[in-house]
Parts: sequence; C-alpha cells; structure tokens
Amino acid sequence: MSILIETKDLTIAFGGHTAVDGVSISVPEKHFKSIIGPNGAGKTTFFNLLSGQLMPTEGKIYFHGKDITKLSPTKRTRAGIGRSFQITNVFPNLTVLENVRLAVQSQAGIRYQMLFHYKKYRAFEEKAMEWLKLVLLDDKKDSFAGNLAHGEKRKLEIAMLLALETEVLLLDEPTAGMSLEEVPAILQVIQRIKEQGNRTIILIEHKMDMILDLSDSVMVLFNGRLLADGTPEEIMKNETVQSAYLGGQFDERPVET
Amino acid sequence: MTAVILVAAAFLVLLPFVYESRNLFILLTQIFVFSIFAMSYDLLLGFTGIVSFGHAMFFGIGAYSMGIFMKKFEPTMGYFLLAVLVVIILTAVVSFIVGLLTLRLKSHFYAMLTLALSGLFLVLAEKWRTMTHGNDGFTFRVPEQFIDRTHFYLLCLVLVVAVFLLLKRFTNSPLGRVLQAIRENEQRTESLGYQVLHYKIAASVVSGILAGIAGILYAISLRFVNTSVFSMDITLDALLMTIIGGVGTLVGAIIGAGLIEFAHDWLTALAKEHVIFERWIIFFGIIYIVVVMFFPKGIVGTLSSLSWKRKKQQAVKKEEKAAG
Repeated sequence: MSILIETKDLTIAFGGHTAVDGVSISVPEKHFKSIIGPNGAGKTTFFNLLSGQLMPTEGKIYFHGKDITKLSPTKRTRAGIGRSFQITNVFPNLTVLENVRLAVQSQAGIRYQMLFHYKKYRAFEEKAMEWLKLVLLDDKKDSFAGNLAHGEKRKLEIAMLLALETEVLLLDEPTAGMSLEEVPAILQVIQRIKEQGNRTIILIEHKMDMILDLSDSVMVLFNGRLLADGTPEEIMKNETVQSAYLGGQFDERPVET
Repeated sequence: MTAVILVAAAFLVLLPFVYESRNLFILLTQIFVFSIFAMSYDLLLGFTGIVSFGHAMFFGIGAYSMGIFMKKFEPTMGYFLLAVLVVIILTAVVSFIVGLLTLRLKSHFYAMLTLALSGLFLVLAEKWRTMTHGNDGFTFRVPEQFIDRTHFYLLCLVLVVAVFLLLKRFTNSPLGRVLQAIRENEQRTESLGYQVLHYKIAASVVSGILAGIAGILYAISLRFVNTSVFSMDITLDALLMTIIGGVGTLVGAIIGAGLIEFAHDWLTALAKEHVIFERWIIFFGIIYIVVVMFFPKGIVGTLSSLSWKRKKQQAVKKEEKAAG
C-alpha cells in the first residue's frame, strides 16, 4: 500500500521546551493508526502540526508524497486532511444543524455564492441531517451548539469532521468527556467509518481497550519522542512502553470501561 | 414580523401625501440615511465580528465626493451618477485595503488602526483647502430632481428598503453564513476549509460601499459638507445605533437609527427648557451604559429571545399535557 502521510524528523519547540521531538512516521492509505501517550507527551501538538495549526521548527510533512509543511490549515483541509478538536471547538451561537451544514457547504465547494438564499441548497441540509443522525444528534438540530451538553458537543464535532468527507481523519480524543453510555455509540460510528474502508484515520485516545481492537497500528509518544510504533500486540508486549507509560506513570493508567 | 415591516413601510410611503411637515421629513430622511449607515456597520460588527472604529471614513468619502462633484462641476443628474460611480470605486478600493489589514491585525489592534486611518482622512479634508475648504466646509447645489424634499424622502425610503433586502439576502447566502461562522469561531472556520481573509474582505467591501452611499445621501440632504462627516462621532453613532437596536439584526440597526435620531432631535429641542439638554451626548452615554449592562443583545435581540423562550415554554407545556 502506498504511503499517504509521512513525517520526517518533525520537531517543534516552544522556547526551550521541545514539545515534539524528531518524530518520523509514515501512515499508509486506509490505515487506522492510534496515538497513545501520557498527558503532555505531545499528542495534540503533533496533531496541530499535521493539520497546520502549528508550524514545525524543523522537519517535513508529506501528504501523497508532496511537501505540505508550509500549507495553511484551510489548504490542508481542502487537500483532504480533516481534524476534530479535543477542546470542543464549535460555533456556539449557531444551531447544531447550521454547524454541520457549514461543513457540508465547504465540502461541496460552495464558498463565495452570495446571491442566492442558503436554503436554496436544500440538499446541504438533508446531508447535514444524515450526519447528525449518524452521531445520534438529530433531535437537537435546532438547539444552539453552545447550549449542548459536553458529550453532545463532542458528537457535533465528529459530525462536522465527517461532513468534510476528507481522505484523512484526525480524531483528537473523540470520546473525551462523554458519559459512559454514549461512548459505545461513538465507537460504533468510528468502527463503521473504518469498515467503509476508504478513509485513513489517525486517532488520539486514552481508552486503551477501545483502540486496541480498532487500530492497525499504535504509536506511543513520550515526552515528545516517538517511543514505539507497531501493531497493537507489539505495543502491549513492548517493555519500554510498559515501563514508561503503562507502568511508570501509575496515575496515567487508562480507565477501564 | 414581515407584516409589521410592510405596514411600517406602507405608512412611511403614504405619510408625505397626507401630512405636511418639513421638519419631520428632514428628520425621517436623516433616519433613513443613518439606517443605511448603521446596517452597513452591522454587517461588520454583528455578522462578521469585526470591530471597526473608522467606519466614518467611508461615510465621509461618500459625502465629500458628492459635494466636490456638485461644486466643481454642474449640479446635474449626469454628474450625480458619475459621482456615485466614483464613490463606489473609491470606497471599494479603500475598504479592500482596510480589509486586507485584518490578515495581520486582530480585534482591538484592527480597531485602533481603522481609527488612525479615518483620522488620516479627517486631516486630509482639513488640509486640502482648495478642494474641501478646510474645516468650514462648503455648500453646494443639488440636481433639480432632489430639490423637492418629498421626492428625496421617497428616494431615501426606497434605498433603505433596497439595502435592507440586499443585506438580508447577502447575510443569508452561503457566503453570509460563513461570515457568521467567522464571527463565532475563526479558527474553526479555517479548519472547515474556508479562506477566512477572503470573507472578511468581502464583508468589508460591501459594508464600505454601502456606507459610502449613506454618505452621498447625507451630503445631498444637507446640501452642505464639512469635516464632521469624517469625525469619530459618526462612527460612534453607528456603533450606538447597532448596539441599541441589537447587533446581528438588520431591523435592529434601523430601529436603533430611528431611536437615536429621534432622541437627538427631542433632546436638542429640550435645550430651550434647560441648558443641560444642550449636552445631549451625556444622555446618550447613560443610555448606552444601561443598554450594554441590561440588554446586551439590544432591543431586537432581547425581544426575539423573549418570544423564543415563550415558544419553548409552550412547547414544554404541550409535551407535559401529552405525557400527563
């Protein structure tokens, strides 16, 4: 399988602190990769580098073999790298439906149309409703996104990402802050996308048991460095990982669900 | 809501045929002019979330260009249309450049920069005496079609309605919806794949041109122009009107313009009773503080959220009935 995303010696330093330190990975097409690591290991920073929110101090990122290190987040989304945010990042004073509709509109490439009423594009709303149904949020479509419960905002976040229909999905802790009853539903959504088999997914997650079944490979970040990268089984057996992450930091032990 | 607006518009159209009061029509014309100006400002403040303190520069460009054309050339319809064209081009170019600056400057830095830029235009109007006659300004004659106050009143009314409909469509277009997304969360809009700068420039240009048109009408209605059109007061008026009426609602801008202009007129008239009313701006300050503290959404925003709550309560009651 051909390589879709590749990073070479990706490094970013904030002042004296190196948050991501020389990480080189490559993700093949239609691959499911999970990133684990304790708090402060640089997982989200690594995501911000991939999606363009941050510029690396050193190193390169390749997408489809092309250097995208200097592209803006907008350009990367259009190229096919979509992301969700760990800290909920929605449009609070717009309705839930409108939040997703904006993503659908972007995906359809209707960006500068200013003469017609937005309702003319009824298909966008229908499509947005479909995505909302998928994440079980369709009954909230007319509420303002800012009034949603935390778990619901997370679901909305995922719906917006899915609506972009990008080749690559970067999911930053999609189930963080959700109630335990809601987690299986979201896992099912992720499972379903994986089964469709046309997306490449990179996922940050704390709940170890859930990612082990889903992932094709797991990479472990620790203090900004790539500690290990391999199949879930290899990672579980890996002694460095166990001592550094699983055993070494007792308080970081993943919550059993 | 639409019915109320239609009735109000019909009333305003019929008014000049049944009622004769020069002062009232001058006041109403003034309200229409500032309604257009306030709506154009609301497009920036309420819809895109851009805070500009230099909106007066577009207003002033409109007023001065028209004044200079009418003074230097003949006050005919032809030159009038030419002046309108020049205003549209000038305001489009200036607002495009100002819009570009939003790339580098965020929120209050941008506000300060627009303040400085409009200050620059004020100085230009003061110093370029051969063109502008400095601080004193100058009077000019207007095309004969506009001499009749009633005709001009109707023209302004038609323009207010046209600008209202245009902006309503603009803000509800796919592009307009993205503007509101930018107001809510700029970074998220970017990661949805929208080029935020393009949208800000679009909003800035549309808003700038409309403000220029408001300036043209202002100059024609007074038949006089001086440096006050570039002053901070003009921007503050727009700010006050949109905030009191309700940011993010076009009707709010019109209601705000009406209230402020009426209050202004009324308070100035009261100056005969007591000298403090000569300082009517003090009262505006108080009103402004009260509104920001107790009705941060403005008149229209507060009303609509009230009716929304009532609807919700009714819906809940119905559900309870159905369940019980």
